[in-house]
Amino acid sequence: MHALLALEDGRTFSGVGFGADGVQTGELVFNTSMTGYQEILTDPSYHKQIVTMTVPHVGNTGINVDDLESDRVWVAGFVVRQLSPTVSNWRSQRDLDGYLREQGVIGISEVATRSLVRHIREKGVMRAALAHGEAAHDPAALIEMAKNAPDMSGANLVDDVSCVEAYNWTEHSDPQWYKDHDYDPNGALIIAYDTGIKRTILRMLTDRGLRVTVVPARTTAAAVLAMNPAGVFLSNGPGDPAAVTYMIDNTRNLLGKVPVFGICLGHQILALALGGHTEKMRFGHRGGNQPVKNLLTGVIEISAHNHGFAVTSDSDLQGGEVTHINLNDNSIEGLRHEALGAFSVQYHPEASPGPHDSLYLFDEFVSRVKREPIRV
Amino acid sequence: MPKRLDIKTILIIGSGPIVIGQGPEFDYSGVQACKVLRAQGYRTVLVNSNPATIMTDPEFADATYIEPLTPEIIERIIEAERPDALLPTVGGQTALNLAKTLSERGILRKHGVELIGAVMESIDLAEDRQLFKDAMIEVGLSCPPSVVVGAVDDALTAAVQIGYPVLIRPSFTLGGSGGGIAYDPDELSQIAERGIKLSPVGQVLIEMSVLGWKEYELEVMRDVTGNFVVVCTIENLDPMGVHTGDSITVAPAQTLTDKELQRLRNMAKIVLDRVGLATGGANVQFAINPADGQVYVIEMNPRVSRSSALASKATGFPIAKIAALLAVGFTLDEIPNDITKVTPASFEPSLDYVVVKIPRWDFAKFPGADSRLGPQMKAIGEVMAIGRTFAEALQKGIRSLDIGMFGFGYKLAESAPEALRLPTAQRLFQVASALHDGLTPQEVAENTGFDPWFVRQLADIAALQTGLENKSINGIDSHEMRRLKQYGFADRQLAVLLNTDEMTVRSHRKALGVIPSYYRVDTCAAEFEAHTPYLYSTYEQDDEAHISDRKKVIVLGGGPNRIGQGIEFDYCCVHACFALRAMGYETIMINCNPETVSTDYDTADRLYFEPLTVEDVMNIIDAEKPDGVLVQFGGQTPLNIARALENAGAPIWGTSVDTIDLAEDRRQFNGLMRQLEIPQPAGATATTRDQALTVAHEIGYPVLVRPSYVLGGRGMAIVFDDDMLMAWSDKHIEWNGHPVLIDQFLDDAFEVDVDALCDGDSVTIGGIMQHIEEAGVHSGDSACVLPPYKISYYHVEIIREYTQMIGKAMGVRGLFNIQFAIKDEVVYVLEVNPRASRTVPFVCKATGIPLATYATQIAAGKSLAEIGFMEEPRVDGFFVKEAVLPFQKFPGVDARLGPEMRSTGEVMGHASGFGHAFYKAELAANTALPSEGSVFISVNPYDRGAATKIAKDLVALGFTLVATRGTAAYLENVGLPVRIIQKVSEGSPNIVDAIRAGDIHLVINTPRGGQAHYDGALIRGTAHLYGVPIITTMSAATAVVQGIRALRQKPLKVRSLQAHHGLN
Repeated sequence: MHALLALEDGRTFSGVGFGADGVQTGELVFNTSMTGYQEILTDPSYHKQIVTMTVPHVGNTGINVDDLESDRVWVAGFVVRQLSPTVSNWRSQRDLDGYLREQGVIGISEVATRSLVRHIREKGVMRAALAHGEAAHDPAALIEMAKNAPDMSGANLVDDVSCVEAYNWTEHSDPQWYKDHDYDPNGALIIAYDTGIKRTILRMLTDRGLRVTVVPARTTAAAVLAMNPAGVFLSNGPGDPAAVTYMIDNTRNLLGKVPVFGICLGHQILALALGGHTEKMRFGHRGGNQPVKNLLTGVIEISAHNHGFAVTSDSDLQGGEVTHINLNDNSIEGLRHEALGAFSVQYHPEASPGPHDSLYLFDEFVSRVKREPIRV
Repeated sequence: MPKRLDIKTILIIGSGPIVIGQGPEFDYSGVQACKVLRAQGYRTVLVNSNPATIMTDPEFADATYIEPLTPEIIERIIEAERPDALLPTVGGQTALNLAKTLSERGILRKHGVELIGAVMESIDLAEDRQLFKDAMIEVGLSCPPSVVVGAVDDALTAAVQIGYPVLIRPSFTLGGSGGGIAYDPDELSQIAERGIKLSPVGQVLIEMSVLGWKEYELEVMRDVTGNFVVVCTIENLDPMGVHTGDSITVAPAQTLTDKELQRLRNMAKIVLDRVGLATGGANVQFAINPADGQVYVIEMNPRVSRSSALASKATGFPIAKIAALLAVGFTLDEIPNDITKVTPASFEPSLDYVVVKIPRWDFAKFPGADSRLGPQMKAIGEVMAIGRTFAEALQKGIRSLDIGMFGFGYKLAESAPEALRLPTAQRLFQVASALHDGLTPQEVAENTGFDPWFVRQLADIAALQTGLENKSINGIDSHEMRRLKQYGFADRQLAVLLNTDEMTVRSHRKALGVIPSYYRVDTCAAEFEAHTPYLYSTYEQDDEAHISDRKKVIVLGGGPNRIGQGIEFDYCCVHACFALRAMGYETIMINCNPETVSTDYDTADRLYFEPLTVEDVMNIIDAEKPDGVLVQFGGQTPLNIARALENAGAPIWGTSVDTIDLAEDRRQFNGLMRQLEIPQPAGATATTRDQALTVAHEIGYPVLVRPSYVLGGRGMAIVFDDDMLMAWSDKHIEWNGHPVLIDQFLDDAFEVDVDALCDGDSVTIGGIMQHIEEAGVHSGDSACVLPPYKISYYHVEIIREYTQMIGKAMGVRGLFNIQFAIKDEVVYVLEVNPRASRTVPFVCKATGIPLATYATQIAAGKSLAEIGFMEEPRVDGFFVKEAVLPFQKFPGVDARLGPEMRSTGEVMGHASGFGHAFYKAELAANTALPSEGSVFISVNPYDRGAATKIAKDLVALGFTLVATRGTAAYLENVGLPVRIIQKVSEGSPNIVDAIRAGDIHLVINTPRGGQAHYDGALIRGTAHLYGVPIITTMSAATAVVQGIRALRQKPLKVRSLQAHHGLN
């Protein structure tokens, strides 16, 4: 059935709908990962974003329950060049079309995605409305909807994605994908703030012998410290970090008291807590091929990215130092504050999807938690 | 890390002649390495035996040696040039093996030459299958169960343990040479014996066959600090069991989840760590069980490979260039990405398109060869196509092959499910037929082992095609037309399906506004702007071609490599680009062969990676509106479409299409020769058996016969009597109205090739080459020498005169090639080709004259006088070109030369005297002529006179003569000592046993016509298998004697082209 993607600047892209019927708005972004659509769909960081895949064939390997990053699809819409007409993979349990329909998420196929991506690259990310079915025949109304959709800047989306109650995470990775680690039920306790946390991050922690309790984003620092954790983890998540003021406060109150490790939104929150600033990027980094240089070792990591905001390069981090930069645009990708025992990266060492070059950061967190010397 | 300053001079070894498994891609990688190292200020010394390469043009290195690739010769070059370092990783397996020998013999240490880009231990580990397997298990990876053996008995024992079918893989051979699959002990014994012989270390691996598993390849790079990137993931359409060079392959991988792909990436990294690749490019191959995902590591190549050329073209990431920079100490982050300009090379390309590579085979050239595909590569060339989807890329790839197929949907007779089980060159088309006949995608997947995802894509193409039944072109609206084009349907294919002609489809399509968009290959899926115009067509919206309004010329490339159409034409195309650029034109290259220098985005200003069909070329012409189009450099492929291009309004530069047609049209051409009073062999056509006999009698035997409707000498034969003529006709001709051409065969004539330039008014000869083999051997398979060494001055003058007359009379504007034959004091014209010929690069190397450049200048309107090329260049010394034949790859094919071309490549030897030059050429062609030992002589009665003289010379040189009774009696009659040996039919021990035992060091065997009698074929086959030099013509035997004599008098010397031509 006909589907239409309408951009706030008036441009439209037509295609064939799949997944759910209806209309949805969101921030239109693109991802250059050639694999991992399933992980992308279920990553809470994509909340309220319509994601365009640059790889033309999507859905080839279907959907399996093991590769989900959360218990639902978070993207607001999914844009592809060709939805696979079939599924082929020994782990597949169902097809993408049916999964999105069940999840109430609209997909659009047969879209001139390269043209769309070049448009976003030149004009920056923008709001869009995606319609599948009847509504797709009214472009003017859809453009209007796109214009009236909420802006990502200033949006606190964490409350939408965070868990409601704390829970213990015990599951670890399937050793066929990640190096086997020993699970230790008596390991050091880590409190992981859930601002939209991915399952693979949690598994990375448990794999390394840590006990993990996941807490809602609005859990106070005092409550966290009362649990006597050996370390606190700040997770990835959607929206504008500067709008999540309570997380910035929480973090500020934890710094110096317990080792802190942040990823993505957690990195931005840490920077803000240290006194830095964040800004919205033109079209962000989303993909699995970004070169990040570890300034401490000189090693280059090919890394998975998914962020539309970044820590500004003129940030005063109050004794914090930049540890990683992106070689494509020299943006800040990692920082640490040795005195306060905190460090973070903008990108995704847990990958999923993406290369596993940066898993050492989890080992570093373990060393900090265990107060062992850090190997860099 | 900055580049190393302790190195000043770097020696680069090329890959030698084009052979199956080692093609022009190593010219591409070598050129990149040479260019970038020179640009970094290093002094470069290049050695390669292949004169048809761009890399051996003197301007690409500081010192260029076209010399045999042997350790002794390389040592001499090292002594002369004193390099600090040797880069062995851009010259394929040949360079790597040579580096290994140089290292093992202590030659590198002795001269203080450091190996860069590779370490010896890694090469050993990656190349030795047992060591590799042990190492993989040590780091927790799995390989298919296998045993390395050095004897056939051990192979049989191993196979019992592993279970049939088993794979046999010889250690250290090119393109899986000598490998095979054995289903039973008999097959195993045969393949293992051959494999052990072919392996330089005398070992084969007997391995569990993982037939039917999914096959993947990761192209990876790493730098000296350990930074690691995956440049490209490649998935094979053909499952395990077919050599990857013979597989249809797809990039990026399509049927793996991220978890599964990252696992391969991690494994590739572990493999590199363990093998210890210092810096550079490598590939790692994996097999995956489609049922449960179990992974086996199959192999790793610690060098730039055939697939790295493909990966470079597929992604825009120039692996060889970057490998060379890494070898001198740079790190990936210090090297900019050429395409985006703003980002570094330390990233992994993201593809927003699909690339399909399809191999190109030439089985028709090798009757008797096993055309089943297996672990030994048999493809001669390949095409690559880019589309936004797999379907589009695949159909573009099919029409790029230049095999008369314009898409996936053509119907073939054989499409039974059982036929789909057998991997052959036809299988893809059998799948099309099967789907058309109603076989379900599931059944196709089960029978072929293709992943169901691919089969479904194929089925969708087939369904679209079925949907066109009973439709007419006018019933196709723009929506449907666009959809068909998005699935890669060619206009020509649609014309067949809609029962109309291509131009009608084209005009209807254009009227509907369905025209291609040109998108850029940008390494980054549009995340960054692409500054390099590396383009492909697709049917989507927007266009990224950004057409300029400069003066511009399109050069049409040669398409896939095949026998008769090889690297020589790419050489000419590349020079055409360089010449046009120097004249201020914007240059635009169109080609579909990923192995070439012409498809390096650095070669032309703009590169369209597109099929060379009328449709695809005209679409580009419509978009670019060039001032000129050059069709004469890419060989037959562009010439075949020249007429249609001109009719469609393309501005063809250079020699006119009418002239091209004149040369092809037998009647017109004969008329012109009569008018010029230039003799041609007598000839006529016949359309019935009886007529053929009459014609043959009129002309007089022997006659050369060929069907008129085939190209490239296919089906051509020399027949000596009525019986042979009838036997040939029964085998090749259906007598259904197509004429058969019957020509006088000039027995024992000398053949001469001339390459010349004509500007329409005057002619200058570039080179006159005499064939060493007599008439009857295809010019492409014959060794030849420049200047002529055995023709009288008088005849050469006649040849010069005829060349002048023909060039002017035909109005050639550019290069042309004429084949002459001299018999009984008469100079005959055999053939004129008004285009760049196969010998142009050889002549350029020998004379130092850039013929292709001049031809381009002529096409652009300059006269020879303006160019300043009015005199035939003098040749200093002797240059011998020798052909390299693929018989080792096709056991069962009679290894003899004939009128049908079968060589894949060429080498050159040069020296001040003919003997040394010939010896070097033979050595470069891997025929090490003996300086002592036993020579087996077996010649047909016609050659006995010539053989006597040769035998006398050999005895005088100290050789022992060996012959069977008949020849022996003849030689003894003239007083020569001969050791008599039994024929095969006389029982053991016989001549074949003697060859196997290493008792024979040279075989001189002249067969007669089509009588491939058993003994001769077996002797030739055995000699080829055991690497014993084999000479099949008397004139070559005479040259061999001269070569051996020269070497006995004076050792070989080496000399760079720069020194030879006084360029430094």
